[in-house]
Amino acid sequence: MTGSRLDPWIDAYAARAMGMTASEIRALFAVASRPEVVSLAGGMPYVDALPMDAIASSVAHLLTTRGHVAMQYGNGQGDQSLREQICEVMAPVGVQAHPDDIVVTAGSQMALDLVTRVFCDPGDVVLVEAPSYVGALGVFRSYQVDVQHVAMDEQGLVPEALSEALAACREAGKRVKLIYTIPSYHNPAGVTQGAERRAQILTIAQNAGVLLLEDDPYGLLGFDGEVPQAIRSHDSEGVVYLGSFSKTIAAGLRVGWAVAPHAVREKLVLASEAAILCPSNFSQLTVSEYLRTQPWMDQVKAFRELYRERRDALLTTMEQQFPAGTTWTVPSGGFYSWVTLPDGIDATAMLPRAVAALVAYVPGTGFYVDGQGRDSMRLSYCYPTPERIAEGVRRLLATVIEAELDLIQTFGNAPVHLPPGPATPGPDLA
Amino acid sequence: MSVVVLAGGLSAERDVSLRSGRRLAESLRAQGVEVSVMDVDANLLPALRDEAPDVVIPLVHGAAGEDGSLADVLDALGVSFVGSGSVACRQAFDKAIAKGVVAARGLAVPYGFSLPHGIFRDLGAPAVMEAIVERLGLPLMVKPTRGGSALGATLVRTAAELPPAMVAAFAYGDSAMLEQYVNGVEVAVSVVDLGEGPQAWPAVEIRPRSGVYDYAARYTAGETEFFVPARISAEQEQQCAKAAVLAHEALGLRDWSRIDFIVTDDEVVFLEANVAPGMTETSLFPQAAAAAGMSLGQVAAALISRR
Repeated sequence: MTGSRLDPWIDAYAARAMGMTASEIRALFAVASRPEVVSLAGGMPYVDALPMDAIASSVAHLLTTRGHVAMQYGNGQGDQSLREQICEVMAPVGVQAHPDDIVVTAGSQMALDLVTRVFCDPGDVVLVEAPSYVGALGVFRSYQVDVQHVAMDEQGLVPEALSEALAACREAGKRVKLIYTIPSYHNPAGVTQGAERRAQILTIAQNAGVLLLEDDPYGLLGFDGEVPQAIRSHDSEGVVYLGSFSKTIAAGLRVGWAVAPHAVREKLVLASEAAILCPSNFSQLTVSEYLRTQPWMDQVKAFRELYRERRDALLTTMEQQFPAGTTWTVPSGGFYSWVTLPDGIDATAMLPRAVAALVAYVPGTGFYVDGQGRDSMRLSYCYPTPERIAEGVRRLLATVIEAELDLIQTFGNAPVHLPPGPATPGPDLA
Repeated sequence: MSVVVLAGGLSAERDVSLRSGRRLAESLRAQGVEVSVMDVDANLLPALRDEAPDVVIPLVHGAAGEDGSLADVLDALGVSFVGSGSVACRQAFDKAIAKGVVAARGLAVPYGFSLPHGIFRDLGAPAVMEAIVERLGLPLMVKPTRGGSALGATLVRTAAELPPAMVAAFAYGDSAMLEQYVNGVEVAVSVVDLGEGPQAWPAVEIRPRSGVYDYAARYTAGETEFFVPARISAEQEQQCAKAAVLAHEALGLRDWSRIDFIVTDDEVVFLEANVAPGMTETSLFPQAAAAAGMSLGQVAAALISRR
């Protein structure tokens, strides 16, 4: 006798859909969307700071003057004018490119997908930082890639560990297709590679003949005025560079890009056309109009100030409140600090208590494919006000960490069973 | 007639509740009923005053939704609502109390204990856990005493798995249940009172692909196979129906409930009662309704008309 599975297609799904299940952790994040909850979880840019009236006027102008273009299909590679403007946007990070080298995508997330699609067969290895951006891990997993983490320190990816990982893969007969790195203001680790570190990593990748995938959504959001130079600024053939307007303008527009060597770019365009025909003309032209008519770099500077103030609020409150043994990274830009808890506290296990105490964060396990990160969590300071951040940290300590320490004292710190499914919030929840 | 479905809230089951609420509202609209869905937050009371609905259907799972608080507030507001009153909710939501109530009426329940964290701390967790494992044997179930959707629940197969299971359960509340694992067919029996006293609908048998009916198995379509009617004997089906109605009445539940059992070769063992049964696409109550020949909207419309 056959029962009902409530999904007649359950046996038809591709192997890559394995693991796409409901998740206890996701259920908890649903509560985090309530305004009572101080969410230190999501990486939502503070778009309230945008000049909405000015954007509204420029969108209105766009529709009045070029509506027939904005509402129409566009070029698969992306709007020519925008690609020219992107070259200017990349100048501060030292990336020199021709507009033809650029593929505009629906956020840099799509660029990640396209690069993985054209390079990775199931079982191919992608080396990523430990921890790494959850959205990238999701893409790699969906292409059934063998994701391997490489150690980081306070300056990001550790060159020696990278060399060792490459050697180990070579020895095991595995094909390493990509080295994926976020050199500036890392998500989630909050650290930044120095110039020397970047050079070492590039040399290792070049010597190994492995393509470096450089993800740089936060590069312009440094707090000390210095803009780190992208790895791509030193090698136009061995690096695919991913950029995004999500953090510097608006995530809702979904406009990002890839800068790739000629042959790779051709394949990315074809892959993009196969996926979506062309990126949204409306979004691209809105960005283009914004860049043309607004003092966009001043807005970036305003964002830097705003996020610096919030980072300071987080660091100061953690310094005052968190128990001895807790450590955290001090980001010099971007959105995140990576916190490591003392005495084997399991950040995944304590999330239900945190949500009950009306504070949310992302447990460290969400940033690994192999269950690491139990004693860590990512705290985002980009969205809540400094006062709310301080309140969130206070709640974390008063009702969550202390209770967890108490439990560990009672039961020891054996690892708690990890519930199946994604351990991070969806993009719309923070 | 205007109806407000309450869904959401601040418990860990918020997402499930929102889905239940939306689905119920949709099926009521199909019956021609005017429905709005409201979250349980600071806007609720003013909104209820403004809208003055004829009936409210609370579908808030977990904590305030099922522990009787919401029922008390609705009573205080003088709002007519579908579902159990606060005293019944309080009894049913606390699994230890519910077990005691139904056991006193002769139903079989899993042998076990409900203990707060403090007792482990005061007496020394290793000694307490050792005594419990010795008494209950392995495997055993650990779950929060109050809460649903299997959140914080663990099937413990070895003694070494017990401490982390306790930590997982205490993450959802201050009290945890430790029970003998009952091996058998897992079924859910929905009980509905449409005016002729509580009636049990056909039992729904639950077969999770992973072997454990956890959160992922509950809310991912395809992860669990359901059998209606359950693959149990006619006699066992009757026993389930009788036990479900008995539990519904013993706990003082009203209108609708879902009672979960394990059916063994010898008996029907009560696990827990749910006062706000899930109404999502993968939930058990709507499947039972379909087996009884009714849509969710028809059931809810019939219950509303009785208020």
